[in-house]
Amino acid sequence: MTTDTETIEQLSADARVVFGFWAYLLTDLVLFASLFATYAVLEGGTFGGPGPHQLFDVRYAFIETMLLLTSSFVAGLGMIAAHEGAKRRVLAWFAAAFILGAGFLGMETAEFAHLAAIGATPSASAFLSSYFTLLGTHGLHVAIGLVWMGVLLVWALRRPWDHHAERKFMLLSLFWHFLDIIWVLIFTVVYLFGLMS
Amino acid sequence: MTLSSFIFGRLAWDQLPHSAIAWGGSLTVIGGVLAVVIAITVTKRWGWLWREYATSLDPKRIGIMYIAVAAIMGLRGLSDAVLMRTQQALAVGSNPGILAPDHFQQIFSAHGTIMIFFLAMGLLIGLINIVLPLQLGSRDVAFPFLNSVSFWLFFAGAALANVSLVLGDFSAAGWLSYPPLSELAYSPGTGVDYWDWSLQIAGIGSLLTGLNFLMTIFTMRAKGMRFMRMPIFAWSVLGSMALVIFAFPILTATLALLELDRMLGMHFFTAGGGGNMMMYVNLIWAWGHPEVYILALPAFGIFSEVVPAFSGRRLTGYVSMVYAVVAIAFLSFIVWLHHFFTMGAGADVNAFFGIMTMIIAVPTGVKMFNWIFTMYRGKIRFTSPMLWFMGFVVLFTMGGVTGVMLAEPPADFQFHNSLFLVAHFHTMIISGVVFGIFAGFTYWFPKIFGFRLIESWQVRAFWSWLIGFILAFGPLYILGFMGATRRLDHYTDPSWQPLFITAGIGASIIILGVIFQAIGLIASIRRRHELADTSGDPWDGRTLEWSIPSPAPFYAFAAEPVVAARDAWWDEKQRRAAGEAQQPRAYADILLPKRSAIGVVLGACAFFGGFGAVWHLWWLFALALLAAAVALTRRLLDDDTEYLIPAHELARLDAAQRSHADAA
Repeated sequence: MTTDTETIEQLSADARVVFGFWAYLLTDLVLFASLFATYAVLEGGTFGGPGPHQLFDVRYAFIETMLLLTSSFVAGLGMIAAHEGAKRRVLAWFAAAFILGAGFLGMETAEFAHLAAIGATPSASAFLSSYFTLLGTHGLHVAIGLVWMGVLLVWALRRPWDHHAERKFMLLSLFWHFLDIIWVLIFTVVYLFGLMS
Repeated sequence: MTLSSFIFGRLAWDQLPHSAIAWGGSLTVIGGVLAVVIAITVTKRWGWLWREYATSLDPKRIGIMYIAVAAIMGLRGLSDAVLMRTQQALAVGSNPGILAPDHFQQIFSAHGTIMIFFLAMGLLIGLINIVLPLQLGSRDVAFPFLNSVSFWLFFAGAALANVSLVLGDFSAAGWLSYPPLSELAYSPGTGVDYWDWSLQIAGIGSLLTGLNFLMTIFTMRAKGMRFMRMPIFAWSVLGSMALVIFAFPILTATLALLELDRMLGMHFFTAGGGGNMMMYVNLIWAWGHPEVYILALPAFGIFSEVVPAFSGRRLTGYVSMVYAVVAIAFLSFIVWLHHFFTMGAGADVNAFFGIMTMIIAVPTGVKMFNWIFTMYRGKIRFTSPMLWFMGFVVLFTMGGVTGVMLAEPPADFQFHNSLFLVAHFHTMIISGVVFGIFAGFTYWFPKIFGFRLIESWQVRAFWSWLIGFILAFGPLYILGFMGATRRLDHYTDPSWQPLFITAGIGASIIILGVIFQAIGLIASIRRRHELADTSGDPWDGRTLEWSIPSPAPFYAFAAEPVVAARDAWWDEKQRRAAGEAQQPRAYADILLPKRSAIGVVLGACAFFGGFGAVWHLWWLFALALLAAAVALTRRLLDDDTEYLIPAHELARLDAAQRSHADAA
């Protein structure tokens, strides 16, 4: 009579934290789902102002996508190194992930500034409110992820590699991949669907 | 922006209360806080409070704090209810009553908000904190530090809601703040902001709690406690917390969008600018309907523990109970539109949601019959938890039937927004949730504090509540049929007045019940030595929390329990009675979480950040955010968070505990 309990409930404390973090990501996903639903409902609410066709440049968004996807891939390489306990490679890969992520955030900020400069501000229409909020929430997550990454890199630099460090980088990388998935959805729903319709 | 508007935001002297009743509320808050501060200082309890409670990561202590805060908030919500009943008993014809219309609107908004978010949620989360780990045979929840953060966020939200009594107004836009009324154009003051930020803060606390309890159930069960051996209370918490982690992020998003409209001039829910106010109503109820079951399921779980314990029989239909919990949890996500059939979604959509709503009555009925069959041929002890249960059976069934009436879209077009609806949901929440909490509180009280409550005061409280409830809400059903809409600060038809007066009398009898409960609590504390529970198992219980001493020691289980059957403790008692040899207790080293002040710090940051956002004190907001980030980083980089209790120390503590029990 083997049981589900003997396997799952004897999890190590580290594994429990990782499991809990997956559940947190689920709640964040529901948050984004609400924002996606709001965007879908309000996309047509341009109130006589510009819509997706006038504002979006899919090539620009594609470069952003590539930056973020590469950052995520590099973070994945960093985790392989983390499981091997190779601290210097972990730090190198995550530093690269940081730079690519910062590039993404810079491009997104520049695009927001550009839109605001041509009068497409968040308060111009319901469409723009929902656009800025959906992308801005993702961007805020990326910014938090970058701060997190920066703090962890500095922290890990000064101490030997151990299971605490591995757990901390594991959570960060889960968060980072999650933001990637959200961005792929944004690219599809906002940019591709928006320009197809 | 001038310097003074940067420093003071919207704060101004004219934001202090205007009317005598508003001053009364505000002085009560200030006086209450001062009285507590003085009392703690005089008795020199600050250090004790800080060490044993505020910074504790023990779920039993956190649970007690939840219950205390929720009880205080409940008194606030109750005084709101009394003001409303008084107003409606008086305000007919030329009599304006005691409250100005705007103040009346604030009071009903605050009443609903506080009773759901701060009373019901607080009491349930408090009880779950204490009971759930013990029932699972665990020493702790999955994430003890997160638990402390959740509590302090809950506390910060509650405190922010109460600050509105002193500074500025509370929301006058109803407990769910529908736009466009809640938008800046129609509610320019601080009221909706207070509402929004206090719920945002408390809501994130509830979300984190949900995550924590869910992970506790998944990863912290005792050896041998398979899912289908868990007590039904734990199953109910599982259903409820699964709803929390799916529903509360929607609330977080919705509140944030409303605040973006109000602060940054966005157009999510505004009447102009392409906004869609029905989007808000859909989103808020996509959270709000599951919330009803988030509250109801744990209360059902409490009854599922109380009824078998006092009937001396195992719960009838365990498996069907589990499926009922799961079915209710699932269905509760596809009924939200029944809160606004009048939106105009069309006959097909309304029919779908109407039918889904009626179907919820089926699993609920399964539970009802299972409880009643559990009592059948049992040796029933009519203790006060059983009285609450039987009151629940009668009232909840009536409330359920009126719910099915409301679920029919054509009929709902008539009942919509009437006092019939108000009577319906109060029947469900008071008999279902509040009676459940009272039953659970009395039932687990000895496990929490080590002594029982005096039964006679509990029984008096029960009858006052039951009779008061029927008198207070029976008339509202009738008034609803007569056309009285909800939230009336004044009406013109004098034939309604006798019914409103009856409702007011009912409310006073409920107050009497609350007074009896307070007297009972104080009297029990004074007689705690003769009421002490030395056995640890005062009710001849069935689940693991009764296998340990009362009050539950900080290490909960000296030796980790091994579960071989459902009703694990009952099973062990049977085997002991049959003369089966007991295994010697296998003590092992255990790790327990150290105290942490970071939870308190994060709660303070949330409070000041929320206060800054309400009053547009952006420097305070930014400062709070920064402080929170620093505190959180410090905690997350700290790996030295646990302390060890060696096995021999546990054995010594356990032996001392047992010899103490034998002596008594």
